[in-house]
Amino acid sequence: MSVDAPTTVSASMGAPDAYSPHREAGMPTPLVGMLLFIASEVMFFGGLFAAYFNARASFVGTWGPPNEPLEIMPIALPITIILISSSFTMQFGVWAIRRGDQRAMRFWTAVTLVLGVIFLIGQAYDYSVLGFGISDGVFGTVFYTLTGFHGAHVFGGTVGLSILVARASQGQFSARNHVAVEAVSIYWHFVDVVWIALFTTLYFLR
Amino acid sequence: MATTTLTPQAETYRRSWVLDWLTTVDHKKIGILYIVNSFLFFFAAGILALVIRSELAVPGLQFLDVKTYNQTFTMHGTIMIFLFVVPVLSGFANYVVPLQLGAPDMAFPRINALSFWLLPLGGGLIFTGYLFGGAAAEGWTGYVPLSTGQYASGAGTDLWLIGLALVGTASILGAVNFITTIFKMRAPGMTLFRMPIFAWTVLVTATLILLATPVLTAGLIALFIDRNYGGHFFDPNAGGNPILWQHLFWFFGHPEVYIVILPAMGVVSEILPVFSRKPLFGYRAFVYATVAIGLLSFSVWAHHMFTTGKVLLPFFAFMTTLIAIPTGVKMFNWMATMWRGSISLTTPMLFALGFLSMFLIGGISGVMLAQPPVDFHLQDTYFVVAHLHYVFFGGSVFGVFAASYFWFPKMTGRRLNEGLGKIQFWMMFIGFNLAFFPMHPLGISGMPRRIADYAPEPIWVFWNLVSTAGAFLIAASILPFLVNVVATLINGERVGDDPWEGNTLEWATSSPPPPYNFDRLPPVRSERPVFDLRHRHDAEHLAEDHVPLAPPADAEGNVTGQPGDGEATQ
Repeated sequence: MSVDAPTTVSASMGAPDAYSPHREAGMPTPLVGMLLFIASEVMFFGGLFAAYFNARASFVGTWGPPNEPLEIMPIALPITIILISSSFTMQFGVWAIRRGDQRAMRFWTAVTLVLGVIFLIGQAYDYSVLGFGISDGVFGTVFYTLTGFHGAHVFGGTVGLSILVARASQGQFSARNHVAVEAVSIYWHFVDVVWIALFTTLYFLR
Repeated sequence: MATTTLTPQAETYRRSWVLDWLTTVDHKKIGILYIVNSFLFFFAAGILALVIRSELAVPGLQFLDVKTYNQTFTMHGTIMIFLFVVPVLSGFANYVVPLQLGAPDMAFPRINALSFWLLPLGGGLIFTGYLFGGAAAEGWTGYVPLSTGQYASGAGTDLWLIGLALVGTASILGAVNFITTIFKMRAPGMTLFRMPIFAWTVLVTATLILLATPVLTAGLIALFIDRNYGGHFFDPNAGGNPILWQHLFWFFGHPEVYIVILPAMGVVSEILPVFSRKPLFGYRAFVYATVAIGLLSFSVWAHHMFTTGKVLLPFFAFMTTLIAIPTGVKMFNWMATMWRGSISLTTPMLFALGFLSMFLIGGISGVMLAQPPVDFHLQDTYFVVAHLHYVFFGGSVFGVFAASYFWFPKMTGRRLNEGLGKIQFWMMFIGFNLAFFPMHPLGISGMPRRIADYAPEPIWVFWNLVSTAGAFLIAASILPFLVNVVATLINGERVGDDPWEGNTLEWATSSPPPPYNFDRLPPVRSERPVFDLRHRHDAEHLAEDHVPLAPPADAEGNVTGQPGDGEATQ
């Protein structure tokens, strides 16, 4: 057999059985897309972090807000713990739906959503009580830009979580079919990791 | 179920022609939308180029004031790079890559439509600066402090920033789509190392877009915050750093150069084998060279910043010079592909050869500029303008026209007129060299770029006039192209499904392809499945006739494997 006869395939169903069904193998397509999107997000935050460290490295004087030092309590540390906890609750939801437990998945996703919203409220409150603004020195600029864009990403995550809760309420997920849950969870973990890097940079590296 | 053969009628329903194109998620229609949209921006930015060259035809200010001149060259560069060269190549990739992979569509068709529609939106926003007190005027690089609120207070720069952020987002989404498509949608048998080279170059390009563009977005946002919300990213008085903009811009900007050239290299690598009647020489070496260029592109950005005095000159000079090696490998492959081939000088082949020769000049002047002592002399002179036009125009744009002539029969079933095509090529080739080669001596003799006027030195007066004449010849060369496209669409020669005797899977379906692309796929056993299909009977006979010549390992006389094996044993 030097060359096979032409193989007939349909438009939507991929390969016949003689070949491995290529589109089923490996990671689901939406997850590949999400991971690539996150790669671009890493570079986006990389650019913002580069701006931060560039300003930090060339700064003359005491690094930090112009008037008072940046306080880790009473807001920054608690909302950090809340956001990190939400990664765990998210993962409990993923494990639940992998077992096929829709009720537990919906419960844990809803808990994650609530924790994310609490984080956003805490961050907004923090903004309202901080004694400096975005135009107060280069620290104010990088502080509000980085935390602000992180907050925007948390907000995007809460939109995704809301959609998951709504779809879960209609019973749309199962042990076999829950790629949206996996995709949102990866995104949520990513947003969490960005916060850990940001929190460490802002409050510990100084 | 898996063997159902669909008919075109089964996939379409009746709706108006306009609504069909506005709402389409078919990669082929989106690809055509990309190409048409990009050409419209090409013509707009081309008119701006003529305005620049008219102003510079003779010394003195003719009909522009300095401010308008600044807006003109800024918009020319911005539109040409962000809204013509990058998207037009994305358009060809959109149309061709799923076909080359044997896929029914892109991985995310609706995101694909979003990627496209962000382009006219972003490009439109950039142009609306003209309505609000003047467009951006800092050059396509938007350097601070020129682009800060202090020196560019108008809305034009803000619209430029927003428009570019949208266009960048479009490219990022497109890149996610291309990479996912290439990794998840390949036909049975289409391994990565059997992919057409064009698909490979699109894969590497998409990776560069994915990782480089977000850094530009971060820079655009930082500048927007500085301009509108009192930020201090680039304000040295408050602890900021103006050089940061250059780092963020060029960390994107240099991979961008390869984003623009790699797909054009892919186009040329598809065309040269077809019209030399030989396989591409050194397929794997070519792939590795493409990947190497992609990797190196992230370590060379500061060669744009040698004269800032803030970068490590030896490192960036060395890394930049290294890029000449994989590029040289490609040059060697292309020439060896043509060597003793049966060359037919069709229009796409002419443009591919134009690419080879002009890109070579641009590459050599690039290596010159990569040397800090030379760069210190030539920074911001017309030599840089000459270099970048030899790469962008002599490289990418010639590649775009090669692709246009090569794949037009695929998209329409009709071949563009060869006579008009050759007229266009020679007008464009001569006009291009008249317009841009004089910029080398102009730059070496010290004429600065981005200045509306120049001293009436005899040598500057002469070369500028030549350059302006060349620019108008380029513009004139667009006319036969437009006539050709319109006439061919109305009454062109119908040439069947595979007029060029192509090698890759896009030629295995009808021209134009049905909405779902393929009724049947040939087996993919090499990087040239359609060649294999066309010559399989030859290969079978060859295998039978030459059993004694088969490798000794094949003692039982079973000649197995690929059609190429029979030839290889002779």
